[in-house]
Amino acid sequence: MSTAAGGLHRAEAAAAELVRRADAVPLLEIADLRVRFDTADGSVQAVRGVSFAVEAGHTLGIVGESGSGKSVATQAAFGFARGAKVSGRALFEGRDLLTMSEKELRAVRGARVGMIFQDPLTSLHPMYRVGWQIGEGIRAHDRSATRRETRSRAAELMARVGIPHPHERLDDYPHQFSGGMRQRVMIAMALALRPSLLIADEPTTALDPTVQAQILELLRELRDDLGTAIILITHDLGVIAEIADDVVVLYAGTIMEEARVKDLFRDHHHPYTEGLLGSLPSAGVPKGELVPIEGQPPSPIDPPPGCPFGPRCVYRTTTCALRAPPLVEIPGQLRHRSACVLPTDPVLRQSARAAHRPAVAHGAPQGR
Amino acid sequence: MITFLVRRLALGLLVMWLVTVIVFIIFYIGPGPADVARALAGRDAPPATVALIARRLLLDRPWYVQYGHFLWGLVHGNLGYDYFHDQPVTSIVAQGIPITLSLIVGAAPLWLFLGVMSGVNSAQRPRSFRDRFFTTLALFFYSTPTFVLGVLLILFLYYQLTIHGIALFPGSGFTPLTQSPLEWFRGLVLPWLTLALVTAATYTRLTRSSMLDVLGEDYVRTARAKGLSERRVVYRHALRAALTPIMTQFGIDVGTLVGGTVITEQVFGLPGLGWTAVHAIQEQDLPVIIGIVIVASAAVVVCNIVVDALYALVDPRVRLH
Ligand SMILES: Nc1ncnc2c1ncn2[C@@H]1O[C@H](COP(=O)(O)OP(=O)(O)OP(=O)(O)O)[C@@H](O)[C@H]1O
Ligand code: SF4
Ligand SMILES: [Mg+2]
Repeated sequence: MSTAAGGLHRAEAAAAELVRRADAVPLLEIADLRVRFDTADGSVQAVRGVSFAVEAGHTLGIVGESGSGKSVATQAAFGFARGAKVSGRALFEGRDLLTMSEKELRAVRGARVGMIFQDPLTSLHPMYRVGWQIGEGIRAHDRSATRRETRSRAAELMARVGIPHPHERLDDYPHQFSGGMRQRVMIAMALALRPSLLIADEPTTALDPTVQAQILELLRELRDDLGTAIILITHDLGVIAEIADDVVVLYAGTIMEEARVKDLFRDHHHPYTEGLLGSLPSAGVPKGELVPIEGQPPSPIDPPPGCPFGPRCVYRTTTCALRAPPLVEIPGQLRHRSACVLPTDPVLRQSARAAHRPAVAHGAPQGR
Repeated sequence: MITFLVRRLALGLLVMWLVTVIVFIIFYIGPGPADVARALAGRDAPPATVALIARRLLLDRPWYVQYGHFLWGLVHGNLGYDYFHDQPVTSIVAQGIPITLSLIVGAAPLWLFLGVMSGVNSAQRPRSFRDRFFTTLALFFYSTPTFVLGVLLILFLYYQLTIHGIALFPGSGFTPLTQSPLEWFRGLVLPWLTLALVTAATYTRLTRSSMLDVLGEDYVRTARAKGLSERRVVYRHALRAALTPIMTQFGIDVGTLVGGTVITEQVFGLPGLGWTAVHAIQEQDLPVIIGIVIVASAAVVVCNIVVDALYALVDPRVRLH
C-alpha cells in the first residue's frame, strides 16, 4: 500500500533530519513552565507544565482556543505576566530567563526578542509620534545612537516594512495610520535591533483578511531575510499552515499535541487537534458550515484530574478521567508527540476512531 | 488648532455674558427697582442718596436699558462703589486678587505634585503596604476640615515653634511679593500646606485610578516589550496618558479656588478674594459681592479655556476636531 511506502519514506526523512538537527542548540527552550495567578476567586492555573523549543531561524506556531494560555506562557517566560507565579525553566540563548535579574531581562527584551501584539490600534502609544516610538527602543539599548541616527534608522525600518513615504510619516501619530500600517509600525519597532526571536501574539487577528495576508507575507519575508526565529500565537490553524515549521497545540494550559506542521496536517493524533482542523475553513466549504468544537474549556481554577479535553471529547473512555495522559511520541515521525490514550499506531487509531464515528453527528476531516 | 481656540474663546465669552445676565436677574430684576437702589445705597443711606442711585443706574427706565447700562459699566471695568468707604469695587477686588493668586500659585503645584506622586506610587503596587499607606493618608486629609488642618498647622508650626524661639513662619497676614519676596514666602508656607494637603487627596485617588486603567493598556505592555526601564514605562508612557482627567480636575480646582479659598484665607488672615467675599456678605455690601461673583466666574471660564488648550497640546487626537 502506498501509505506504508510513504511511511517508510517519511521515517527515512525524519531520521535524516534528526541527524541534521541533533547538535543544534535551540534558541529558546521552555521546560515544565507553570504559571499561576492568585486571585480573589482562587488560584488560576493558566499554564500547567509546558515544554517546547524554538530553533534559530525557525517558526513555531502556538495554537489553541481563547484562554488556553498561549499569551501567558510566552509573556511569563520573558517576565511580562504581572502578578504571576512562574516556575520551570526558560533558556534563551543559553541563559535562564526566569532566574535573571530585572535589569538583565530588560537588556534581552526589545534587543534580543521583539514582540508584536494582537491589536495594533491599541498597542502604539496614542500621544507619541511613530518615528519617536520606533527610535525609543533603539536608544534604550544603544546609548551611543544620536537623535539624528535613530531618526534615519526609524525611517529605514519603516521603509523596510513597506510603509510608503517613511520620511514624511515619521512625525505622524498612530491615529493617522490604518490598522495594517500600524501593525507594520509595530513590526518595525520589534525588529529595530535585529532580535534573534520575534514573538507575534495573534498579529493578524484584528485585521481585515486581505491585510492579514499582507502582514503574514511581510513576516515570512522578514524571517527569510533576517533569519529571525518566530513564535506565532494564533487560534487559527490556517495561519499556522501558512507560515510555521513546527506547531504546539495548547489546551487549558497544557500541550495536547506537538509536531511539525506538515505532520500535523497530514496525520494528527489528538482529538482536540481534530476538532481544530474540523473548524478550519477549507476551499469549497462555505464559511457558515464550520464545525466548531462543542462545549467550553474547563475552568482554570481547580482543574479536575484526568484529560482536560475529556468533557468535550467524542472518543472519551472511562480511563481518560482518571489521569491526564502524558505526551507520548508518535513513532516514525520527528518530535511528534500527543497527550491522548488513543493508539499511536495509525492503523489501530483509525479503527478506534471509526468505532466512535457513527456517534458523531458532524464528521471530522480525516487524513488531511 | 487656531479655530479650536477661537471657538473655545467665543464659547467662554458666551458663558461670561450668561453670567452677567444671571447676576443682573438675581440682583436687579429680582428685588425690583426700589429695593435695588436701597440695597446698593447701603442700609442707612438718606432717601436723597437712594434717589440719586436710582437715577444713576437708570432704574426708572425699562429693564433692557438698565441691563445695557450695567453691562456697559462692566465692560469698562466699572463695578460700582462699596457702601462703607465709597471705594470703587474694582480696586477692592484688585487688592484681593494678588493675595488669592499668591495662595494658589504656591499651593497648586504642591498639591499636584503630592497627589500625582502618591497616586502613581499607589498604582504601581495596588493593595501593597505603600498603596494602603497613601490611600489612608489621602482619606485622612480628605476628611479633615480645612480650618481644623489650618489651625493645627498654626498650633504646631507657628505657635509651638515660636514659643520655643524658632519663629519660622508668621501666624497670619500677607506681605506683597514686590515688597519682600522672603516675607511673602514665609507668610504663605502654612496656608500653602493647608490648601495643598486638603486638595491633594483628590489627586491621589484620581491619579491612582487613572494610572491603574492605563497600566493595563496595550501600549504600556509595548513599552515594557521594548526593554525600557520601569521608571520610563511608568512616567513617560503611562502617566502621560493618565494625565488627562487630572488636568481637567486641576483646571476646575484652580478656577473655583480663585473665587473661593475662603476658609484658608480666614484662618490665616489673608485678605484675598475669599476673605473679601465673606466680609462683603456679612456686611451685605452688594456691589462688592457682584464684583467678586463676576471675577470668580471669569476665573473659571479662563481656566477652562486654558485646560482645553492644554488638552490639544497633550493629546494629538484632540487637535483634529
Ligand atoms: N493577570 C491575570 N490574572 C488572572 N488570570 C489571568 C491573568 N492573565 C491571564 N489569566 C488567565 O490565564 C488564562 C490564559 O490566558 P491567556 O491570555 O494566555 O489566553 P490566550 O490563550 O492567550 O487566549 P486569547 O486567544 O484570548 O488571547 C485565562 O484563563 C486567563 O483568564
Ligand atoms: S485522552 Fe481520552 S478524553 Fe482525552 S483526548 Fe484522548 S480520548 Fe479524548
Ligand atoms: Mg492571547
